[in-house]
Amino acid sequence: MPPEQQTTTPETDEDKSLYASRVKIHPQSVTGVFRRLKWLVLIVILALYYGLPWLRWDRGAGSPDQAILADMTGRRLYFFNIEIWPQEIYYLTGLLIIGAIGLFLVTTLAGRVWCGFSCPQTLWTDLFMLVERWIEGDRNKRLKLDAAPFSLNKLWKRTAKHAAWLLIALATGGAWIMYFVDAPTVTVHFFTGQASSTIYGFTALFTATTYVLAGLAREQVCTYMCPWPRFQGAMFDEDSLIITYEEWRGEPRGKEKNKERDNLGDCVDCNLCVNVCPTGIDIRQGQQMQCIGCALCIDACDSIMDKLGREPKLIAYDSIANMNAREEGRPATKRLIRPRTIAYSLSLLLVMVLMVYGLSSRADLEINLQRDRAPLFVTLSDGDIRNGYTLKILNMARLDRVFDLAIDDFPEALISVIGYEKDGASSVTLSVKADAVGTFRVFVRAPTDSIQADVTEMRFVLTDRKDGKISEQDSSFYGPKR
Amino acid sequence: MANVEKDSITGQETTGHEWDGIKELNTPMPKWWLYTYYVSIVFAIGYWIVYPSWPSFSGYLKGIAGYSSRAELDKDLVALKQSRSQWSDRFATMSIDEIGADQQLLDFAMAGGKFIFAENCAPCHGSAGSGAVGYPVLADDDWIWGGTRTDIEMTVRYGIRSEHDDTRSNDMPNFLGDEILSRKQIEDSAEYVMSLFGDARDKQAVMRGQGIFQEECSSCHGEDGSGDVELGGPNLADAIWLYGNDKDAIVAQISKPKRGMMPAWSGRLNDIEIKQVSLYVHSLGGGQ
Repeated sequence: MPPEQQTTTPETDEDKSLYASRVKIHPQSVTGVFRRLKWLVLIVILALYYGLPWLRWDRGAGSPDQAILADMTGRRLYFFNIEIWPQEIYYLTGLLIIGAIGLFLVTTLAGRVWCGFSCPQTLWTDLFMLVERWIEGDRNKRLKLDAAPFSLNKLWKRTAKHAAWLLIALATGGAWIMYFVDAPTVTVHFFTGQASSTIYGFTALFTATTYVLAGLAREQVCTYMCPWPRFQGAMFDEDSLIITYEEWRGEPRGKEKNKERDNLGDCVDCNLCVNVCPTGIDIRQGQQMQCIGCALCIDACDSIMDKLGREPKLIAYDSIANMNAREEGRPATKRLIRPRTIAYSLSLLLVMVLMVYGLSSRADLEINLQRDRAPLFVTLSDGDIRNGYTLKILNMARLDRVFDLAIDDFPEALISVIGYEKDGASSVTLSVKADAVGTFRVFVRAPTDSIQADVTEMRFVLTDRKDGKISEQDSSFYGPKR
Repeated sequence: MANVEKDSITGQETTGHEWDGIKELNTPMPKWWLYTYYVSIVFAIGYWIVYPSWPSFSGYLKGIAGYSSRAELDKDLVALKQSRSQWSDRFATMSIDEIGADQQLLDFAMAGGKFIFAENCAPCHGSAGSGAVGYPVLADDDWIWGGTRTDIEMTVRYGIRSEHDDTRSNDMPNFLGDEILSRKQIEDSAEYVMSLFGDARDKQAVMRGQGIFQEECSSCHGEDGSGDVELGGPNLADAIWLYGNDKDAIVAQISKPKRGMMPAWSGRLNDIEIKQVSLYVHSLGGGQ
């Protein structure tokens, strides 16, 4: 082995271990502005999540009266007065794009507020930790309980905690199902054993995922499973808000009672910021991938600074540019308008305008026309040529409608529709029930000498009897080879 | 493996293989995986005992649970029949016209008839009854043996020139082979037949053929050539031709006629299926 390669080998093999085992985190409770904000967000979002399926919305007889419902069997998506049919699912895509760009914009401006305040993983973990604290006590008691040998007390506390978690998980999984089936009905069916195995199965699945992700996996979801923390660094710049530790002010750190106190920075090394952290990191090491931006360390540090009569915001919700400015004694900067925020805002605006336009000008009628392939055409006994079509009229309005079907630029053609017009006419009246698809067998016949080519291009015209609105569908008419 | 090398970082044994300085660690299968295999083996033995498993020369090992997929299928089929009985009972007792007038029953007939047609009829009549030379188009408005629902049902049930006792049949005479007409007379009558749909070229031949037609053909095909559904005499005055409408084809059909055969389906399809497929054929575009 050449000598230069020798020198590159690390000195100890332990440095090269490829696996980091998880250290169980016991976050300490904390009070403060951000904690209160987080509780508020938690209450609002959980109330919305559990409550929304129970909201009613009258759509008339024969339709579900649930305000928000993804009706799989009925193939409809209901959102208050909006009703989406399967072929309009692109509205959902639009919604997802708005969500994504909105997330980019918020991240650029204010950092990981989604992660820290409103992500379901954070919310449910917070809720599960609250329950844990109620049953097992705060950080120190939990650490003690962890280290304690097996006892009845420990067994009771552990059982109670996991039972409470499972109950919350069941409520969470159950509420998810309610977005897909009528909430009051499924609740009764669920507890009387009448619900389908699909419902029990999915409830069990979502109960299990809630329990595992919020109770057991916790910060590992954010650190290892979620892709979002890994690439949102691309949205940060020096003006984005992050959790900052003002090293120039805090360091060198030392205990309050240290003899050298006058030569030390503001940080008294109380470790509270580490103890309250739900992901178990030390923010004083600077911005890290694991930091979800929950701001609880700010509350923790501020409470200590307050007690010691020092300036707050040693740890702060701040931008790097701002922090550097203060360090150098320059005035604070705040740049909201930056090329990337402009770009995100514009694309967000564009998609939103498209969505609003799409929804407001949404057609309540769609025509599907299929020409028979076999036979391509039929010769009738008097020599006329006839083509067959299957016409589907999707009436997406909540009222029965009557239409006139005619053909444009083909005056010799006669239309007959099974069940409506037997002998053939230039216009046939069809009716379609409210919120339904009408399927019609349409035959078009024309004398041979009126057909100029093998294939005659023509157009079906459907006129709504009530408002005279016209929908058109291009098609063709086949005849014998010439 | 007397001299097992251990990796200095992980403390794990290596396989002794080395590629460009990279050594492969000897990582055995995880224990849980191994035990899953063992459990599967135990499960498999239990399965042999409970369920049908090994083949033998005369049959197979039946298993103590007495399970049979064939029996399961039979059970499912009985259940299916049960669920269909609300329809099939009415099909059995009602006439085809009554069924055709009931939209719900008609829908049921269409759903089944489509598949019955595709399996049994489409090989000759083409998909959706598009027909072929010698095999009537079922989507047009010309019917040799009648196009009402009852007519179609009768044709499906008993066939045409089939071996069934109730079959309808007729025989177009072998005019040339049996020396009823001479070759010249046949050509003249062919010219006349062509004139019925306005495609004749030789006026003199048409005049000569007219007399022959009235004498030899009109009893079945009608005096004006418009056919006779009762006798199954095809309409010769329309645009639809089973064996083609050029002169050669018509001469051939008079000289040595092809006589198509439609099998009787009463043995193969049950009463309900016959009604379903007849209603489907009726819906193809030509039903009367």
